[in-house]
Amino acid sequence: MEKLKRFVRKNPAFTVFFLLALCVIGAAVFAPALVTHDPYEAVLADAVQPPGPEHWFGTDRMGRDLFSRVIYGARTSLSASLALVCIIMTAGTILGILAGWFGGILDAVIMRISDMMISFPGMVLALAVAGILGASMKNAVLAIAVVSWTKYARLARSLVLKIRERDYIAAARVTGSRTSHILWSYLLPNVLPTILITGATDIGSMMMEIAALSFLGFGAQAPTAEWGLMLNEGRAYMTAAPWLMVFPGLAIFITVVVFNLLGDSLRDVLDPREERQEPGLGRKENE
Amino acid sequence: MSDTRELILEAKHVTKRYPASGGRTLTACRDVSLNFYRGKTLGIVGESGCGKSTFLRMVASLEKPDEGEILYRGQDLARLKGEKLRQHRQKIQMVFQDPAAAFSPKMKVMDIICEPLLNFKRIKRSEKEAAARKFLEMVELPGEFALRYPHHMSGGQRQRIGIARALTLEPELILCDEATSSLDVSVQKTIIELLVKLQREKQIAYGFVCHDVALVQSLAHQVAVMYLGSVMEILPGDQAASGCVHPYTKALIGSVFDLHMDFQKPIESMDDEAPSPFDMPPGCPFQSRCPQCMEICRRERPALKEIGEGHLAACHLTAQGETE
Repeated sequence: MEKLKRFVRKNPAFTVFFLLALCVIGAAVFAPALVTHDPYEAVLADAVQPPGPEHWFGTDRMGRDLFSRVIYGARTSLSASLALVCIIMTAGTILGILAGWFGGILDAVIMRISDMMISFPGMVLALAVAGILGASMKNAVLAIAVVSWTKYARLARSLVLKIRERDYIAAARVTGSRTSHILWSYLLPNVLPTILITGATDIGSMMMEIAALSFLGFGAQAPTAEWGLMLNEGRAYMTAAPWLMVFPGLAIFITVVVFNLLGDSLRDVLDPREERQEPGLGRKENE
Repeated sequence: MSDTRELILEAKHVTKRYPASGGRTLTACRDVSLNFYRGKTLGIVGESGCGKSTFLRMVASLEKPDEGEILYRGQDLARLKGEKLRQHRQKIQMVFQDPAAAFSPKMKVMDIICEPLLNFKRIKRSEKEAAARKFLEMVELPGEFALRYPHHMSGGQRQRIGIARALTLEPELILCDEATSSLDVSVQKTIIELLVKLQREKQIAYGFVCHDVALVQSLAHQVAVMYLGSVMEILPGDQAASGCVHPYTKALIGSVFDLHMDFQKPIESMDDEAPSPFDMPPGCPFQSRCPQCMEICRRERPALKEIGEGHLAACHLTAQGETE
């Protein structure tokens, strides 16, 4: 408890954004308890009603309650972007560490593939992949994963290249450490903080990409409650019923901002340089 | 050389080249032949860049020689691979130059010392702390250091941790790559004393690389002098100062400052920089700086020849003396 207090006092920004992110995640998790209506129940008589006491955010053209749909949309968007970030983080880190450590042909193959991915505009390639695989949320996540893992691979590889020639890696080899042990206990802990920071900052932009794919019709399919798809559905009524675009848009905006700021403040908490201990702490006198 | 000594490791005509930019090659070690004997110390001296560390790294199987072979009890190290190489590593351990860089910043002393033991399943995880304390005592550090991080310690203490780590597997040969050069002089002395004590107790062989000739003389049974990748002279440790014949060794020994030296005498320094290791001229590597350079030195590379009991030199001067 005492430790937690000290941590909060030391990292106020991180604490605030962490709590905000928790609110967003909480909204997704407890969506059934929060909503006022069934998000999929269409009441055509109530179609396109402006925000009011009955429907807080108004209703869409099918008469579905927009507030409930925005809350449920958090479930789809959050789970998809978290899954996406996890996939690209794991795949990218593993490939990057392997490329950096083993070098040679493996490095060449992995990094040339990643060069190919980088030389395309990511969104176009994702559109192509999603188009080939067929339109669904799962395929949208896969399509974006295929084009975005390279960032992590390059990051992990460069970090590994930086430390692989260090004396303590040589020492680990001389003392008979297996390669798997070196990768797991020496390289991974050195790579992880930077990767985690990047991952946290990436949640927001990944959410945007998924929403964009859904907006273009390659992601979530109707009647799923998903923010990008809801934006697209509201597009036709933009002038007559602006709330159809305003509220899903706001939801995307707020969530992306919260996760971006969370990632930024996580950098201050996890900054590898921070691990340099304060000088003099517990230091003994010279022999 | 007397045959009563037990040969552990034999380097035969070892050459190591590195590719450099512009298609050139850097010859870090050229035709190096050195032997390590049980319980004895081989000191290797020379200025920086002379290939002594590269040689040690090849002996430690961190690099592979391009030519020649390194035989550990008759077995060629270059042919060892995978699990066999890993098992072999127990016999040869290394202490690194910079004690600040030789440990992972994320590991406690206990984990550092016990890692070799765990790698070869010599202890169980539960026995870690006890084992760490045992080895800390062996290098004369208090047992409670086991729970600390090395960056909370002084340089000398850290180097002791490095020695403790090298000791855990009870190796036959410990390679010290300038293990004392980053330490204060007073701390150097205590570390050397510790190494000598451990050698007496456990009959460990040392490969001690250093650029401090005076220090090497004090603990080596045999001193090899290297210059630009080649061994210039091998001589018994107790004769390093008095018996050296090679002009380069003389220059090195002459560069040692001590309390009793005569400061009235001019200090003789070598004029030129060492030639670049990229484009080595034919002949003796030391020709450009040698005060006694002769015609033949520019043409022919002198071979390492035995000129006395356990004393070899690669110099045309001594070869001439023999023929006359």
